[in-house]
Amino acid sequence: MLLELKDVSKTYPTGEGPLRVLSGVSLSLARGACVALTGESGSGKSTLLHLAGGLDRPDAGQILFEGRDIVQLGESDLAAFRRTRIGMVFQQFNLIPSLDVAANLAFQARLAGRHDPDWCSALAERLGLSGLLGRYPEQLSGGQQQRVAIGRALAARPKLILADEPTGNLDEATGDAVLDLMLALQAETGAALLMVTHSLRLAARLGSRVHLSAGRLA
Amino acid sequence: MLWQAFTALLSHWRRHRLQLAMLLLGLALATALWSAVQAINAQARLSYARAAAVIGQDRLSALVRVDGAPIAQDTYIRLRQAGWLVSPVIEGELRFGSGRLRLIGIEPLTLPPQAAQVDVSADDIGLAAFITPPGLLVVAPETAARLAGEATPPLRLSEALPPGVALSDIGIAQRLLAQPGRISRLILAPVQLSGLPPLATIAPELVMRAPATESDLSRLTDSFHLNLTAFGFLAFAVGLFIVHAAIGLAFEQRRPVLRTLRALGLPLRALVALSITELLVLSLLAGVLGVALGYGVAAVLLPDVAASLRGLYGAEVDGQLSLQPSVWALGLALAVAGTLASAASRLWRIATLPLLAPAQPRAWSRMSAQALVLQAAAGTGLLAISALAVIIGHGLVAGFVSLGAMLLGAALLLPLVLSLVLALAGRMGRGVVTQWFWADTRQQLPGLSLALMALLLALAANAGVGAMVGSFRLTFVGWLDQRLASELYVTARSDEESDLMRSWLAARSDAVLPIWSAEEKILGEPVQVYGLRDHVTYRENWPLLAAAPDVWDRLEAGTGILVNEQMARRKHLRLGDELTLSGGRSQTIVGIYSDYGNPKAQAMIGIDLLLALHPDVNRQRFAVRIAPDRAAGLAAQLRDAFALPADNVIDQASVKAFSLRIFERTFAVTAALNVLTLGVAALAIFASLLTLADMRLAQLAPVWAMGLTLRRLALLEVLRSMALASFTMLAAVPVGLALAWLLLAVVNVEAFGWQLPMHVFPLDWLRLGSLSLISAALAAALPALQLVRRQPSALVMVFANER
Repeated sequence: MLLELKDVSKTYPTGEGPLRVLSGVSLSLARGACVALTGESGSGKSTLLHLAGGLDRPDAGQILFEGRDIVQLGESDLAAFRRTRIGMVFQQFNLIPSLDVAANLAFQARLAGRHDPDWCSALAERLGLSGLLGRYPEQLSGGQQQRVAIGRALAARPKLILADEPTGNLDEATGDAVLDLMLALQAETGAALLMVTHSLRLAARLGSRVHLSAGRLA
Repeated sequence: MLWQAFTALLSHWRRHRLQLAMLLLGLALATALWSAVQAINAQARLSYARAAAVIGQDRLSALVRVDGAPIAQDTYIRLRQAGWLVSPVIEGELRFGSGRLRLIGIEPLTLPPQAAQVDVSADDIGLAAFITPPGLLVVAPETAARLAGEATPPLRLSEALPPGVALSDIGIAQRLLAQPGRISRLILAPVQLSGLPPLATIAPELVMRAPATESDLSRLTDSFHLNLTAFGFLAFAVGLFIVHAAIGLAFEQRRPVLRTLRALGLPLRALVALSITELLVLSLLAGVLGVALGYGVAAVLLPDVAASLRGLYGAEVDGQLSLQPSVWALGLALAVAGTLASAASRLWRIATLPLLAPAQPRAWSRMSAQALVLQAAAGTGLLAISALAVIIGHGLVAGFVSLGAMLLGAALLLPLVLSLVLALAGRMGRGVVTQWFWADTRQQLPGLSLALMALLLALAANAGVGAMVGSFRLTFVGWLDQRLASELYVTARSDEESDLMRSWLAARSDAVLPIWSAEEKILGEPVQVYGLRDHVTYRENWPLLAAAPDVWDRLEAGTGILVNEQMARRKHLRLGDELTLSGGRSQTIVGIYSDYGNPKAQAMIGIDLLLALHPDVNRQRFAVRIAPDRAAGLAAQLRDAFALPADNVIDQASVKAFSLRIFERTFAVTAALNVLTLGVAALAIFASLLTLADMRLAQLAPVWAMGLTLRRLALLEVLRSMALASFTMLAAVPVGLALAWLLLAVVNVEAFGWQLPMHVFPLDWLRLGSLSLISAALAAALPALQLVRRQPSALVMVFANER
């Protein structure tokens, strides 16, 4: 098993007192699996994704990645885990505005020490970015930016891609095209994919689906 | 509606208290430094006005000789006999120990009531005691404190007199000044009898002088105060960078609120009015705080300023600071004007903000390449204006225009220069983090450029003024060594005692050199003319800037005259020019000498010529040459033999130490203002980094998510601040050198009348560079610490969909 969440809970402090976002969630993801995570707003989808990616720590429970509990990792080990094992795709793209497309594409791969120029070129080609490599994020459309974000996530050949509403900021046609590309590349690289989405239509295109409601798996 | 909208605007500051504190602090500090300088200047001007008003000089006309020479007693008597209501006055400088006093002798019985500043017939003074020997000196209480222990006639106190002035009967004053029978001027009663014989028939050598509207002191010290004002303004400008940055940031952060307020029906006009009201409230708050702080700074600096003015110009300034409404009003007005000027572009943006403008704050002050080039072009234009002002312009104002344009031009050029340097660094960087570091630093530039421009100004001012003061110190110390070549300096209590001492010393020393001088009017200006005895001391040591080959022989022969640099510059004099002394005697200029620390015109002629022109010259001061190891012994013998007070025999080291003390105090104020300006600039960086920290999160979070630890990111943030400070320091060095050159070769020449050779002090730059690095590291430390302490939950909010 690539990823296992065991009885994971998470609470956030708020002005009105603690807010329980996840309550004893357990979930498994096999290598190369493709899973959609659905649920209404505030159900804890993004929080679960952030915990799985080592961006945050749960209050209780275990998160095993290739059998190793990442909750127990120190700050620098957790950073190394994110660098080498995870590829993140965000709804807001979160590209680095100071770097051009080529540098953004290669950024995480170079951080992880796995930069492969041929692979990056191939990704750019597949994502239709070859003519945009010298541009900066602010000069790109939303769809183009999200394609760069997908390329960045895949360039380091991660074992798990975590995508948080990757098409949420795009129109339907562009969103479909971006998702097609992401799924095709995910299949080619053999990485697992856990994608948060509101859309049941998009969720249906992934292999399986789990639904989160009020912090629990339904 | 308006109140609701106003509270919505103000609520921003409740949520961003640190930003509010920085805005108020920046404006308060800027106002404080400016107000401090204004308070000091106002205090000095008040003192000058009081000095000018002594015995009604600012209200009553007077009769003086055309050639500036003293008026004979007979002339006065002739005028009185003819019915002219005139009253004689003698005025001169009285030395005691190492101090000086402006002594004014009056005749109380004939003095017009409008000139009677002190009622000498009052019980606490007494007319009889005032006019009969040994007489009285009426002085201000603080002057009396300085005179304690000195051998003076009995003192009486009067609050009506300014410090440094003593009033006595004319007979007593003539005796103390060793000028028996001499009168400086005759005060005219405002109402004269009718049918008086014309002045031309009784005393053709006299002319009527109108009341002085501006005192000599005020004119003389103008340049000193202009210098202070310029530094005060520089500090204010640096402070305004903080204000501009804080207001700009607040605008970007409140963009959504502004749009919402408009969308909810608040008229545009009302929104602009509310924004201006908000700025007025903030600027008044900061202004009051700033002026109050300014008085504190002024109270601390005033003793040094007073000492400088006394040492340099003999000007007495009250040590007590008085609260003046004009300073308060000006300080508040400047705070308000500065705030509105800093906010002008933002107010314009509010006025022209489309209703459907993007609600998200944009990257703060993101500057397009085109804007960067335009700004740099404006900077280049200002540098050209600066150069033109030097080449074409004249006077102190042209000097300051050049200085201001150069500093502002360099500041405007800085962002482009830094952008190019960072682009180059990014291209040279190898690792991915290094490349990202430089690229990200370059992207931060627009947000930090105002603070960095403030830092550039502060560093350049420090480097420039440091080079100027350092050059001055080196030159001054060398000059003192030349000028103070004699081992002992003696002041006798009378001319007779001086004669006896010189006879006594003749066999016991290598040489006795008179330091005798008289005031002459040359080219319409009062000039202190000294008589020089030909001696190897002068031939080997005198600091001549230009000289005829046989300068000393011609001086000894009584055919030549030396003038100081400031007189030569002011009157455009050159070697070979002729000057006319009293009695119509013409002398050729055979040398020009440096005379630092003295703003007044001075000249030197042979001693025999001086005695011929002024037989009654005060002969009390002279210098003694002797082997240095025997100087202390001789001084002791001299004091014993003539029962002289210790202060009347001063050794060379003491005079040098005294001169250097005045020098150091002269620049203490400049140094203090410099340090404060640097502090304000450091605060500007701190304010910018702190207020940018929240916006930075969106840029740093993805990098953190991709595997860089917060600790490393925080370290990079500190390094980023230090790198920018280093590059700014490097840019500040040439600007500082240009500033030093302008100060030494243009401003000093215009302000003081002397030009100094320029020296550079690389070690000072190193110290300044280290200081700016430490400031930058400290400024970045708190935001970096905040970053390290960020909870992951706060960071992942950046990626949350429902933001």
